[in-house]
Amino acid sequence: MNPSLILRTSAPLLLWMPLVVSLYVLVRGHNDPGGGFIGGLIAAGGVLFYAIARGPAAARAVLRLSPVALCGLGVLVATASGIPALLTPETPYLTHFWWFPTLGVTLPLGTALVFDLGVYLTVLGMASALFCALVEEAQ
Amino acid sequence: MHSLIAAPILVPLVAAAVTAMLWRQPGLQRVIGLAAAALLLVVAVALLVETASGRILVAQMGNWAAPFGITLAIDLFSAIMLVITGLMALAVAIYACGPGAAERDRAGFQPLFHSLILGVCGSFCTGDLFNLYVWFEVMLIASFGLLVLDRTDEQLDGGVRYVVLNLIGTTVFLLAVGLLYGLTGTLSLADLARVAPTVENQAALGAVGMLLLVAFGAKAAVFPLFNWLPAAYHTASMPVAAIFAALLTKVGVYAIIRVFTLIFAHDMAVFGPILAVVAAATMITGVFGAAMHYDIRKILSFHIISQIGYMLIGVALMTPLALAGSVLYIVHHIIVKANLFLIAGAMRAEAGSFALKRIGGLWVAAPALGLLFLVPALSLAGIPPLSGFWGKLVVIRAGLEAEAYLLAGIALAVGLLTLYSMIKIWNEAFWKAAPAPAPAAPWTRREQVATYAPIVVLAGLTLTIGVWTEPFAALSLTAAHGLLDRTAYIEAVLGAASLQLAAPLLSDGGTL
Repeated sequence: MNPSLILRTSAPLLLWMPLVVSLYVLVRGHNDPGGGFIGGLIAAGGVLFYAIARGPAAARAVLRLSPVALCGLGVLVATASGIPALLTPETPYLTHFWWFPTLGVTLPLGTALVFDLGVYLTVLGMASALFCALVEEAQ
Repeated sequence: MHSLIAAPILVPLVAAAVTAMLWRQPGLQRVIGLAAAALLLVVAVALLVETASGRILVAQMGNWAAPFGITLAIDLFSAIMLVITGLMALAVAIYACGPGAAERDRAGFQPLFHSLILGVCGSFCTGDLFNLYVWFEVMLIASFGLLVLDRTDEQLDGGVRYVVLNLIGTTVFLLAVGLLYGLTGTLSLADLARVAPTVENQAALGAVGMLLLVAFGAKAAVFPLFNWLPAAYHTASMPVAAIFAALLTKVGVYAIIRVFTLIFAHDMAVFGPILAVVAAATMITGVFGAAMHYDIRKILSFHIISQIGYMLIGVALMTPLALAGSVLYIVHHIIVKANLFLIAGAMRAEAGSFALKRIGGLWVAAPALGLLFLVPALSLAGIPPLSGFWGKLVVIRAGLEAEAYLLAGIALAVGLLTLYSMIKIWNEAFWKAAPAPAPAAPWTRREQVATYAPIVVLAGLTLTIGVWTEPFAALSLTAAHGLLDRTAYIEAVLGAASLQLAAPLLSDGGTL
């Protein structure tokens, strides 16, 4: 594979666009189609594009953490989202809580979002690990 | 209390996540892996203490009430399986610090190992059929990764066969789950137990039972679905083979016992004879398969299959004594079989090969290993006073009491043939003179301790169960009574109110 100059130059832009969209999909997913899984996949699409344009090593550098570590972090975040439930004896593990603070607009916040964020990171890490390995093999 | 029920799942989950994050620090991974395995054992023992009286611990995850949410339900049988899982995880985690530890950990042994334990523990905790399917998948994916850890051609060949055959098994499982949901409208095990006798189309329900038997049977490696096991196990590295031999097939047996005591108990007139034939055929093919092989790992692999047959006798007969025999047999077998694989690894390290033709003279070179081998080997064959004798005694006695004379006879004969295979290993590896001088084992003192410590402890446990059987037998019997008491399980998960709805139906078709 020999990516063109245009592709290589536009790679950063085409990385950030899916990432922003993926965050939007992550946040809207609770009552509308979307959520952590799809968000993670869209973000990984951006990483894949970057890996094709500039090589898997550059893509890994963009992620900061190694893809496998990202998976581990995601699992930890999702696991942690259930922990507030353990503070009261009546609520079993993974019972979620919601708050609606009003700061000009009413923000719907909840521990379920933390769980979704964990799913997002895990999917992003797993898909990036697969893509990077596949791109490496193709090159 | 709620927190403790989820703990057998959370401990390996967090361990897998943390060791995955420490991808570049194998030393630290190993320490965390050991600590997590020890913690899992502690948690499991605490759960066993809670359930020892026959109490069923239930938690509705996310506060979604059963039958709509995912229920975790731990009865005594689950708790026993969790303790034995924790024990095996710790033994193998220590053993995995032996020779080859650095390469294994660099290849990702720790996260995969704990993912496997996660799948096993999840299967033992869950009270939901679809959730069980998910844990099966977790186990399958983790075990594939573990199987091809060394990335050799041989391992990839065995791994592909393993995955293809197991995927077919889990696909059948998924089909059965779909059909069952269509028939009953629920997938909670307790709710299924409640409504199964009232399903109008009992023929379709029977077909679903058959599909589930195929799916779990493939996982448990029963006749005729065992081909994946001998194709794959001998290629795995030794700690991996040991944990596979200890736990994977037993999850299938657990699922068979759980599902057939809960959902299909009213239909045992159909499934009892089928399970009995499967059990007998599994015992016979396994033991003959072992008799014709001359590689230690293959002999041991085939013996896993033959021993699965004993465990199924309990479900086939469905009497309290027979089920107690199954539970006791599973506990005994997991300890003994894992230990034999650990010893096979030590033999390889001492003598340089797994092929019986190429090794010998171990009785001179490593007499301690010889003694340690004799304990689980004779226990596997059922020589008194070792644990296998009691396991076989209870199973065969239950067979005689239920007037299943043929089944009991086969169980006895297979015991004798097992002795033949164990003596074969003894004669070839320990007794005969070494065909070539064995290369000096190039291992450090620490590796040697890590290899031998779990072997000694597990052999000690085998002896303990053998000499001091009573508490283990009593616990198995309590677990068996718990398995047969479906109303208690339903009540624990769904509450007493739901039971009253189905009470007239349970009284005519539900009790055994």
